[in-house]
Amino acid sequence: MGVATIDRVSRDNTSTDPKVRAPLVLPGNDYASITDKVCGIVEAQKPPKAWYLAFGIAASLTAVLGAMVVYLISTGVGVWGLNKPVSWGFDITNFVFWVGIGHAGTLISAILYLFRQKWRTGINRFAEAMTIFAVICALMFPGIHVGRIWLEYWIAPLPNQMNMWPNFRSPLLWDFFAVGTYFTVSLCFWYMGMIPDIATVRDRATTKVRQIAYGIAALGWNGSNRHWHRYERAYLLLAGLATPLVLSVHSIVSFDFATSMLPGWHATIFPPYFVAGAIFGGFAMVLLLAVPCRSWFGLKDVITPRHLENMCKILLATGMMVGYAYAIEFFISWYSGNPAEGFVFINRAFGPYAWAYWTMVFCNVVTPQVFWSRRARSNPLVIFGVAACVNVGMWFERFVIIVTTLSRDFLPSSWSSYTPTWVEGLTLAGSFGLFFTMFLLFLRFLPMVAMAEVKAIMPAPHDPERR
Amino acid sequence: MTAKPADERKLWGLLAEFATPHDLVRAAARVRDAGYTKWDAHTPFPVHGLDGAMGIRPTRLPYLVLGAGMIGTASALLMQWWMNAVDYPLIISGKPFNSLPADIPVTFELTVLLASLTAFIGMLALNALPRFHHPLFRNAAFRRATTDAFFLAIEATDPRFDPAETERLLVAERATRVLPVQE
Repeated sequence: MGVATIDRVSRDNTSTDPKVRAPLVLPGNDYASITDKVCGIVEAQKPPKAWYLAFGIAASLTAVLGAMVVYLISTGVGVWGLNKPVSWGFDITNFVFWVGIGHAGTLISAILYLFRQKWRTGINRFAEAMTIFAVICALMFPGIHVGRIWLEYWIAPLPNQMNMWPNFRSPLLWDFFAVGTYFTVSLCFWYMGMIPDIATVRDRATTKVRQIAYGIAALGWNGSNRHWHRYERAYLLLAGLATPLVLSVHSIVSFDFATSMLPGWHATIFPPYFVAGAIFGGFAMVLLLAVPCRSWFGLKDVITPRHLENMCKILLATGMMVGYAYAIEFFISWYSGNPAEGFVFINRAFGPYAWAYWTMVFCNVVTPQVFWSRRARSNPLVIFGVAACVNVGMWFERFVIIVTTLSRDFLPSSWSSYTPTWVEGLTLAGSFGLFFTMFLLFLRFLPMVAMAEVKAIMPAPHDPERR
Repeated sequence: MTAKPADERKLWGLLAEFATPHDLVRAAARVRDAGYTKWDAHTPFPVHGLDGAMGIRPTRLPYLVLGAGMIGTASALLMQWWMNAVDYPLIISGKPFNSLPADIPVTFELTVLLASLTAFIGMLALNALPRFHHPLFRNAAFRRATTDAFFLAIEATDPRFDPAETERLLVAERATRVLPVQE
């Protein structure tokens, strides 16, 4: 292990010679070794011990989530700490948090693709998987918070027993269309990207079960160049469609707040502020997952220090955008001259939820500043710590926006405070369990690096006869 | 159905392997110039320049996607107009029944949804996938086509196909080996 690490560092000159660009895949690899490394994870008899430990915890938490959801539905929304006027609490905080996490995957796969950022190929697959699982967690919360979930279909424009149609002027309905579309398109994008790699796993399969399972999932892909031609065109089209889509989704989520009349929510800065926050939180989650995965599964040649460093820079940039939005919110509340608006912001920073506000500021604005230092950007432990902080901070951002505004509206006689119950706490923990359960199963059974895409950006093998 | 021995089955075509993507691109250009029509290259990743060398005409997928996107836009606008302004007019804060600005988010999402699904399903349909059986899959060497091998396959039904002549062409183009593939 020691020798391998030293050798790897000496071959990756990112940190020593700034004039030379770090390679996208560390030298000493060829097409076959990439396949061996990535497929080896899926083909191994047993995953690493850490996988079992993580899966055990995650699966237990998922069971807790199931119990909490059953308890909620069988008893009623009263098991949560919601009240009037705080009718949104952990549920919508968690929804916005998870949808935000889900933005990094499509950003990496679509926007960085259009900008020809070739380094994306090492990380796009599992970032996309993370997106799918985060959006599943997100969709669950509005699903369960409505109370009578058996009437859920009323939100869709379907004929129903009331002979009524949904109100298309409601941002909550826009949200249904936005997140639903985002999930469907992300799923297509992820699966389509995986087809050639599943075919690789199929072609290496040694047992009948694997041949059939991966054979069906690969849809008979045979690497035909006539297929590749249409495939690449479809990929480009999907990237072009997903780029405005990813920006629209969190914009529309922010409309849930911005189109209301409540002080602290009714702000035009919300759409860009939410999108920047979503990318910030999403990249933090990608880093949080990438740092342990690349060392557990021996993928340090493919997910190189350069990848981590680039993501840290994105985290720094989006973190400062978020910090700027926090500052501008305060400025506008003073500049508008609206007393209700001014009060809400003073209350955020110094009222009963000040501890949540300052946790958010510390985690989201202060901690990413360490990434100005190259040494911090190349230290996986520091990266992991900051990414964890940012995840906490982004969760608190949504909590602060939702709860401080709702608990203190225009009329002091209707003020109230909100304390979550144990059911809400365990539901939040359970949603992490669900996320990690799905993610760990993905790591075990599907290729976690886009092999075909990584091979396409590797230098072509030299022609032995010609040289 | 009992499987016949390999040599009794009909010849499907010839499979040539090349050492590098560069060799494959050059051979593809030569095979195209020789007038073959029923042939294909099989590679683990999309090889740069191969589309041009093979003379593949641009796919019509973008037009399908454009059409689907426009259907999405039109159907979303019609749906919202009919549901909220005609069939069940909802009075919401004094706004007009048919209010275009409020219809834009759902219209945008349905446009993207239909266009994206068409890009994905259209790509599969134009590629005639899923297709779980293919004569090439019988060949053990072909399994490396999804890992690190670069293949060129010419079908026996091609009008210019001649087992000996075609093999000579492929060998002359520096194929590392040429294998017969049975149906």
